[in-house]
Amino acid sequence: MREVSPEQGAGGGDIRPRRVRPLISYGHWWWALPAVLMVVLVHYVATAGGAFYAFTNWTGVGAFDFIGLENFRKIIDDPTLLGSLKNTLFLAFGFLVLTNVFGLMLALALNRTLKSRYLLRVLIFMPVVLSPLAVSYIWKFIFDFNGPINQFLGWLGREDWQRPWLAEPGLALWAVLIVMVWQTTGLVMVIYLAGLATVPPEIEEAGALDGAGTWGRFWHITLPSIRASTAIAGTLMLVQGLRVFDQVMALTGGGPGGATETLATQVYKETFALSNFGFGAALALMLTAIILVFSALQQAATRDRT
Amino acid sequence: MFRYTKATFLREVLVWIAALIGLMPFYFLLATALKPDEELLTTTSSALPSRPTVANFTDVLTTSGDNNILFSLVNSVMITVGSILGLVAFGSLAAYVLARSTRRWSSIAFYLFLIAIILPAQLGIIPLYIGARTMGLVGTPWGMIVLYAGTLMPLAVFLYAGFFRALPRDYEEAAAIDGAGPGRVFLRIVLPLMAPATGTVAILTGLIVWNDFFTALIFLGGSDYQTLTVSMYYYVGSLVSAWNKIFAIVIISMIPILGFYLFAQKKFIQGFAGGVK
Repeated sequence: MREVSPEQGAGGGDIRPRRVRPLISYGHWWWALPAVLMVVLVHYVATAGGAFYAFTNWTGVGAFDFIGLENFRKIIDDPTLLGSLKNTLFLAFGFLVLTNVFGLMLALALNRTLKSRYLLRVLIFMPVVLSPLAVSYIWKFIFDFNGPINQFLGWLGREDWQRPWLAEPGLALWAVLIVMVWQTTGLVMVIYLAGLATVPPEIEEAGALDGAGTWGRFWHITLPSIRASTAIAGTLMLVQGLRVFDQVMALTGGGPGGATETLATQVYKETFALSNFGFGAALALMLTAIILVFSALQQAATRDRT
Repeated sequence: MFRYTKATFLREVLVWIAALIGLMPFYFLLATALKPDEELLTTTSSALPSRPTVANFTDVLTTSGDNNILFSLVNSVMITVGSILGLVAFGSLAAYVLARSTRRWSSIAFYLFLIAIILPAQLGIIPLYIGARTMGLVGTPWGMIVLYAGTLMPLAVFLYAGFFRALPRDYEEAAAIDGAGPGRVFLRIVLPLMAPATGTVAILTGLIVWNDFFTALIFLGGSDYQTLTVSMYYYVGSLVSAWNKIFAIVIISMIPILGFYLFAQKKFIQGFAGGVK
């Protein structure tokens, strides 16, 4: 029998009780090495490197200087960049709320009894597996001035309501949000369906016998039971919403006039289109910090309720 | 209480109406992609084509030049399959050792993977680009495979470890008692047993790689090995409002993943629901 690990037995000085050694060897420790190395390099070393560049004026070639917090001051002073921060937060929270509301509604509607619930689930989930870029091109057509929405409004006799939806600063951001929600609601529905499947029918029946109405059963029995699903769906949607990139690039390119720029689109443009690597890293560091902070808050908010 | 009543039937009808409205974008997609050029200009956006044609598909598939769609399709398949293979091979080996080991280092390594799942990619992508450029890996399929495998390895290890922890040790112990070494135990006993987990890992990570745009745009944009999303982005940018051709490309990009989804729909949905829990 070969050794599980190259560690030698501890000498007499080690007074800690040793863990029980398994009777047989379950693989070698170095089987994990390639994966560990890849993760350390691609995630930890790369992220640390990015944080390092955030405090420089590097352009991607040649030498660079440390400039302290200059990059971050520039972010706060620039109206377009501050706007991209606001847009990022608006999209993330709008996305979080709408996908959870619609996803939960669909999950409740499909849970039990409906005869065609499996087919409905397959159909509603279908957009989730598609490329966000490809989905956005369909919606770009729908929002086009000569597209189906304006055509429908014309058919209703409301020509005055017709708009160039993606070309109006106040409306374009909402259009991006609609596309994001449309594509991802099916995922939230599936998460809630999995959570609802763990709620015993007997509890709801007992509640009904005690005279609880539909809303009362939902609020007091169903909602507490799927708290874990809410935590998972909430965190996933928040993080996904904070780094929206594909939809903006396809639908508006950040326009009109920067009205739909997000931190993620700005990271790409500053770094890879304009070669402001240091400044792009600062934007990325800000986005990373926001994601980590909100993830932690989200976890704390849903965990504390017990 | 959970019987099928008239109210249930009404609810089912309402959900179907909502679902069909939600699926209308696909109607526009298909109707427009089949329209010849002259009809595109003379009919309304939601009208069905009176003389449907597949010319838009043959046109975009036979276009040569920088954004060759067929070549991009091959690139996407190559990179996606390569990434999945790397993730399955190294991810399963790592997860198996971490899940079975009782050493303290395996707990530390596992948390390393867990935290990495949450760590956003945006910050690391800049140094990775610089490193890959230095090594001549920018614009190559091999660079993308290593990058995607590294990026998604935490997710793969997490999924596999959850599976291995629930797997009884009896089969492995029986094989070892019969004299099989660790490598043979893994290949003959564990590998076949972990097929369900491999399916989940392949579906989730394959989907992420296939649909990825951000990373592919940065590392492959303008190169000979652009993936489908990147070529679609550049191609659509040059088409402006030739919606029938744009939608032909969109459908071509959707067919592989949609076909696979419809073929393995339960696995897809279970993978997502189980994978995120």
